[in-house]
Amino acid sequence: MADFLLEIGLEEVPARMIAGAEAELGRRVHDLLTRERLLTPEAKVTTYSTPRRLAVLVEGVLAAQADTEEQMSGPSWKVAFKDGAPTAAAEAFARKAGVAVSALEKVTTAKGEYVGATVRRQGISATQLLATELPKEVLALYWAKNMYWRAGKPERFVRPVRWVVAMLDAAIVPLEIAGIVAGQVSRGHRVLHGEAPVVIDVAKNYAEALCRAHVVVHVAERRQIIRKALDKATRTIPGARWREDEPLVETVVHLTEWPTVILGSFEAEYLTLPEEVLVTVMRDHQKYFAVEDARSKLAPHFLAVLNTETDAEGAEIIRHGNQKVLRARFKDARFFWDVDQKNPLVQRVESLKHVTFQKQLGSYYWKTGQNRAAAERLGLKAESGRAKFDNASLLRATELAKTDLTAELVKEFTELQGIIGGLYARAQGLGEHVALAIYEQYTPASMEDNIPVSVEGQLLGLADRIQTIVAMFGIGNAPTGSKDPFALRRAANGIVKILAESELPLTLRDVLEAYTGDVFADENGIRVDPPRNIDSDQTPVAVAVFLRERLHFYLKDVRGFAYDVVNAVLAADASDVRDAIARAEALTAARASADFEAISAAFKRIKNILRQAEEKGFAVGAPQSAKLAPEAQALADAAAVLAPKVAALREKRAYGEALAAIATLRPFVDAFFDKVMVLDPDETVRGAHLGLIDGVLRGFSGIADFSEIVTG
Amino acid sequence: MPSTELAPALKTGALTFQDLLFRLQGFWAERGCVLQQPYDVEVGAGTMAPETFLRVLGPKPYKVGYAQPSRRPADGRYGENPNRLFRHTQFQLILKPPPANVQELYLQSLEAIGIDLSKHDLKFEEDNWEWPAGGAWGVGWQVMLDGLEITQFTYFQQCGGMDLDPICAELTYGLERIAAFLQDVDSIYDIVWARDPETGEPVTYGDVRLAEELQFSVYNFEVADIDNLWEHFNRYEAEAKDLLAKADALFASETAPAAEKRRFPLLATYELALKCSNLFNVLDARGAISVTERVGVIGRIRTLAVGVAKAIALQQAA
Repeated sequence: MADFLLEIGLEEVPARMIAGAEAELGRRVHDLLTRERLLTPEAKVTTYSTPRRLAVLVEGVLAAQADTEEQMSGPSWKVAFKDGAPTAAAEAFARKAGVAVSALEKVTTAKGEYVGATVRRQGISATQLLATELPKEVLALYWAKNMYWRAGKPERFVRPVRWVVAMLDAAIVPLEIAGIVAGQVSRGHRVLHGEAPVVIDVAKNYAEALCRAHVVVHVAERRQIIRKALDKATRTIPGARWREDEPLVETVVHLTEWPTVILGSFEAEYLTLPEEVLVTVMRDHQKYFAVEDARSKLAPHFLAVLNTETDAEGAEIIRHGNQKVLRARFKDARFFWDVDQKNPLVQRVESLKHVTFQKQLGSYYWKTGQNRAAAERLGLKAESGRAKFDNASLLRATELAKTDLTAELVKEFTELQGIIGGLYARAQGLGEHVALAIYEQYTPASMEDNIPVSVEGQLLGLADRIQTIVAMFGIGNAPTGSKDPFALRRAANGIVKILAESELPLTLRDVLEAYTGDVFADENGIRVDPPRNIDSDQTPVAVAVFLRERLHFYLKDVRGFAYDVVNAVLAADASDVRDAIARAEALTAARASADFEAISAAFKRIKNILRQAEEKGFAVGAPQSAKLAPEAQALADAAAVLAPKVAALREKRAYGEALAAIATLRPFVDAFFDKVMVLDPDETVRGAHLGLIDGVLRGFSGIADFSEIVTG
Repeated sequence: MPSTELAPALKTGALTFQDLLFRLQGFWAERGCVLQQPYDVEVGAGTMAPETFLRVLGPKPYKVGYAQPSRRPADGRYGENPNRLFRHTQFQLILKPPPANVQELYLQSLEAIGIDLSKHDLKFEEDNWEWPAGGAWGVGWQVMLDGLEITQFTYFQQCGGMDLDPICAELTYGLERIAAFLQDVDSIYDIVWARDPETGEPVTYGDVRLAEELQFSVYNFEVADIDNLWEHFNRYEAEAKDLLAKADALFASETAPAAEKRRFPLLATYELALKCSNLFNVLDARGAISVTERVGVIGRIRTLAVGVAKAIALQQAA
């Protein structure tokens, strides 16, 4: 038994990709060793990573695979041996099995006597196997973005591989990855250790050897070091805390090999800038942690995580440098904030005429007018559904929503678009509802993001997005394949998510109807001819299909419903998002029952029969038009009794109960298909049968189209 | 020399702006790089100069360094912002193919300009680069020194829409930033550009360039004649397209002699494309290009730049 170590030495890997790659490497090594029977049951796999390396240590690797014995069976004994002498068949089998003819054995089974052979295979050594198989595993690692570096482009990897360590205990495993031959020499911290080789004596001493070279290879250990150092540095300021930010901790963990922390300060005067701006600069631009006082207010300090350890003089130089960079950025932000206040949002509406939304469509001034029309209709609809919000604030927010595009601060921090508008609206006394709606208009930015808190923000978000989608579709800019330059899918996902997770009394149809037209109007709202080659009548249809696709995506990929459940639910109705979720939940719970499976199968059968009948031109008649067999009549009666009951339950949205009720049809359906020939030669009887099953299909597909459910 | 008048640069022994450039040039010249002069047509970045954009194409190894004044009209601030310039200076380095110790060489170059790495924090943070109009992109890092981005380090992958083989490493040092950092001044304009060896009298960055920043901001933001700029753009574009069409026909011809192909003025065609690119930037600063129009105009420049790159690849093969 031995310990196996693999270290892949790299130029700095992007922080965001390291954790995934480290886990994948561990999995691949583990799976390879398992597949090749080289892992002991008590084996332990440990993975490591820093920006410059991925490593895995496996304790408990067998020196070689165990030898194997396999029984092969061949032709019948009679064919293989004639009068005790081997035939050509016996020789061929022996060759195939790799044994001598004399080693063939007689195997007696229930079916007769056959030729058998015992094939022994010698196990391959771990060294040999790793040398041939491991490089493929390493080069198959997934990276979000790859590069070539060697001439002839033999492989792609995240960054150039610069060294490889591969050892079984103290022995080098002779493998080669991307042209680099493995050895036992690693590298230490660029500055603290320098270029001196770091020799690993035995595999299991890896982490220790690297630690002496100023590299903490264990991610969890670095995380702990950083958290403690952040705590310690913050303690120098009474009552202060560093602002917890897990994603940022992970980022700096993957940016450092030997982390330390310094505390820096900035002038308290910058605290008058909004927190969002300060934190964006610190976190997104500089990767600093914000510090807050005992009342959770930002304090004029920051924490920078360094990838080095210096003396007091060095620490002072580094602190000074970081402070200077931050101060310059804050100074810019302050300058822009002040400049922007000279021209309040309400005075910026006109200047939106000079900001193009889309050349064929118009400016943001035009878009604002269109958004307002959509918001107005959505507002009316929401009010009639008894949503509680302030309509005047909604319309005011819609009018001002895009004005921050002309603000200098937004030009500087584009990621704060909307947020800055909201902050300006608040600072300029436009009221909390207006400010919040503007602030939240772009949320959710992703499927992980929350929807707007305020109803006004939700409605503004819907109006803005549907306007963009319809207008872009109108001029032929619908997304195709992987191309979605105007991020319309994200916009539509936002619509679906807002409807799904809010309490708005609105459906996708309502949203679409809030903005179907006025697409081709000029600055003054006057209708103009749509561009040539655009069929504007088709736009609402195309957008409806598009929204349905996004709803499908949401249910399946975000909510995790099975694809057949989603298909079944959306076939019944694809407009009311929260209702679709409720139906999908009920269907997911119900589908497992045997009765329900049978119903699904029967509905599929009904659909097929109806399709066949249509192809053959068979007429569908009324069930009453013929004397029905008892099983057919029983089904008709049961369906007639059940239909109003199911309809009532559906109305109450008691989908679980409704599905349970539908499942009670099973014995009738089973008996019907068992005894009745649906496509009876008699035209009248056939028509009555078709009418009957058609009625059943229509009557009970309102919650979901069960024929979509995949049955075992 | 009266000590009270010493600028921080002298106190700390930091390099002047021009010494910084000399040291970098000297460092890389000693490592086998050709030192080129700045390209004499307006460019937005050192990458666009032919010593990068065209030299990275094809199989021939090449190592070159040059300082490139880079114009970003929209970044002008009338000389009032201490950190922003209409025209800044990049020291651009191309190593084709990149040596295996390229990062170590880079760190040594920092030591060469007086940065004691044991007293600083240095990180290579992911930052991929692309120039869509040039069909060019690469992966790499922004090199952060004490929180300040001092260099863009890119492994070029494609140029002119074509895979590069071999690839090259591109190092772009932001000279003003590095100088301000080394001299510990709060404004670019306070950077000591040069110092009289006799008197110690400094000439600052502001002395040398402030008027230029002011006047070009005025021109780019307020005065430049939009119709004229478009006219120039269209004319340069038309000539470039015309030449590219001729180049296409020539390189497609099996009977045209190789010498004929080699003398075709693609380098001049590329200059016309660069002219368009700069005119676009001025128009953009002037507020004459809408957000969506941008895409279209960038597409036009791309047609030219990528067209030249592809033609050059054919010319090299001729």
